[in-house]
Amino acid sequence: MTFRLKPAMLKIAAAAWLLGATGAMADTTLEFTQWWEPELPAGSLRAIMDDFEAANPGIKVTLVSGPYATTRDQISVGAATGTLSDVVGLDGAWVNNLNAQSALADMNPMMDASGFDKSQVADIVKVDGKAVMFPVASFVYPVFVNLDLAAQAGVTKLPSTRAEFLEAAKKMTIADKNQYGWVLPLSLQTPSGVQNDMMSWVWASGQSMMANGKPDLEGKPVVDMLTFVKSLNDAGTISPGIATKTEQEKVEEFVNNRVGMMIDSLAHVNLIRKRNPKLNFDLIPVPVVENYTGKRGLPYASWGIGISAASKHQEEAWKLVQYVMSEKVNAKLVSLANAFPGNVNAKPDFVTSDKAFGKAFEIFKTGYLANEFTGLPVAEDLMTQFDVQAQKMLAGEQSPEQAAAAAQKGWMAKF
Amino acid sequence: MTRQKRSHHKLKRAVAPYLYLSPSLLIIGLLMLLPMVTVIGYSFQNSAVLRRDPSFAGLKHYQAIFDDPVFWASLWHTLYFTCMSVIFHMTIGMAFALMLNSDRINPTLRNILRVLYILPWLFTAVIIAVIWRLLLEPNGVVNSILMQIGIIGSKVEWFSSPETALHAVTFANIWAGYPLFMVSLLAGLQGIPKDFYEAADIDGAKAYQKLIFITIPQLMPIIISISLLDFIWTMQVFPLIWITTGGGPIYSTEVLSTYTYKLAFSSYNLSQASASAVVILLISLGLTLFYIRYQKAR
Repeated sequence: MTFRLKPAMLKIAAAAWLLGATGAMADTTLEFTQWWEPELPAGSLRAIMDDFEAANPGIKVTLVSGPYATTRDQISVGAATGTLSDVVGLDGAWVNNLNAQSALADMNPMMDASGFDKSQVADIVKVDGKAVMFPVASFVYPVFVNLDLAAQAGVTKLPSTRAEFLEAAKKMTIADKNQYGWVLPLSLQTPSGVQNDMMSWVWASGQSMMANGKPDLEGKPVVDMLTFVKSLNDAGTISPGIATKTEQEKVEEFVNNRVGMMIDSLAHVNLIRKRNPKLNFDLIPVPVVENYTGKRGLPYASWGIGISAASKHQEEAWKLVQYVMSEKVNAKLVSLANAFPGNVNAKPDFVTSDKAFGKAFEIFKTGYLANEFTGLPVAEDLMTQFDVQAQKMLAGEQSPEQAAAAAQKGWMAKF
Repeated sequence: MTRQKRSHHKLKRAVAPYLYLSPSLLIIGLLMLLPMVTVIGYSFQNSAVLRRDPSFAGLKHYQAIFDDPVFWASLWHTLYFTCMSVIFHMTIGMAFALMLNSDRINPTLRNILRVLYILPWLFTAVIIAVIWRLLLEPNGVVNSILMQIGIIGSKVEWFSSPETALHAVTFANIWAGYPLFMVSLLAGLQGIPKDFYEAADIDGAKAYQKLIFITIPQLMPIIISISLLDFIWTMQVFPLIWITTGGGPIYSTEVLSTYTYKLAFSSYNLSQASASAVVILLISLGLTLFYIRYQKAR
């Protein structure tokens, strides 16, 4: 008996060793680089990954987390050296560069092979026809209005058009009291003000800064927007210090009752309430050009997700992407992040429990997500170039048409 | 001792110092030389870092930055920022050092001033930037005081106006950096023999004559050494400018460090950023060689 068992046990042990060595029995470990974990409540993203691991035995997820800027640099270098993590958190502004480096996998074949319902996702970011990113969570940018300042200024109807916005901004401005109608952050340190506070006016009216995949900054929509911003500046309604103002300072001014209106991320609602619990504010969509009745484009920033082209575990990585984009998991994740979902069927819990978020969710549902910088080459550089030209215009050195022409020339060199 | 043993012993004696030095040389090589050589290499490549197979670019990236008017504006701003900073660091540092070294000031007051004057040195660049942003913002304390005493008629956007931004960041840097001079010169002043001043008193020298003919010549080695070091360090200042103005408005405070940073992390043009970094390295190297030669001459 013993004599017969021994060879059998040896065979089993040898087979197990072989399977282990070839990876057939080993766990697949996915590396997931993102900046979300530090921005979410402690342990919450890990808990979602634990649930994924429980639902997918044999797949483990290692989270590689860091602040946004560090993650961006890490991903750029990883793409160049072929060491990009299997699954990566993405900002729409990065995908063009990463695609140029052939660093991102095309998720189209994965979607087709798994029968993935494309209609359930809010957006699929494509570059050169390749599906490279899904927005997981979107942080939309509506207009925040200080209702007390509006009431004091006699603004009874919140602005819906640009002309109404200009009038309201004029009424709310009392320069002697350091009180202004609007705030525009155009610091070159973080030129995102171009996207969030300037181009948002274009997208809100269903317009575009592009034409046939190329910049169209000299077109009517952008020139009109620049003219409108200039008119706000000429009327003295913009809080001073535009050229060095950052987004954080913009929020601080709003919190401290120094500006009546600002375009800002919905993610800041809780911060604003914490900084000034007595602040009485409401959210409205970005006003549009006269007589526009179509759907409003809603500027947004997003947490995107993609798969590395160099990943050896693309099948498992796709399972993780599908999991994060699924209705329930996506709702859970965006509820934690105070963001809007990447899955159109997901409903975050805060929209029913919080009036402001509920209002913003209505704006979100009646409009569409719009951010034309997503997928553009060196998006931050484009914003910087536009920023410099806008600063020149606001300093009185050039007209809106000249600013648009100069920015167009700079942008074309990058395409 | 045989000839073979003698030559072996000689060889051991010759190699021994290098063996003792080897850990330091290895660390210097890895931490200083390797990154420098790598960046120099990147400046001659196309799509450095971003491509696994970058091609040789020759001097293309150097040509590109030399053709860029923003680079020349940055160079000019860097020189203005550095020269003004060094001159005022030295002047203010000397004035405060003389004050703290003077017997005419009450010792208690002197100790209080010593603490007050050295305060800017205790703050990090980020804190200094935040302090000055708050002070110099259009609705800030500085404008309020200047308007109350009638020096300005309306709010000045110190950091946001192209006319004033470079002067404002230079001012903030002067405030942040004078304590280095003050402390070094104070140490130098305390080392000047009292006999010199007594002899000058007997000769009937006036205070300014003692300053010109005794104090300054005695402090000259410190002044030159610290000025050169300050010049090299100030030329590379980044966080103060980045946080206060980001190089703007309209490139008016763009210096070589912010110009290089934007090329690398905004344009992702790491080849050109490397070329720009090499230019900064060459300027710094020239100043360092000058400093080393001066130190050797002493």
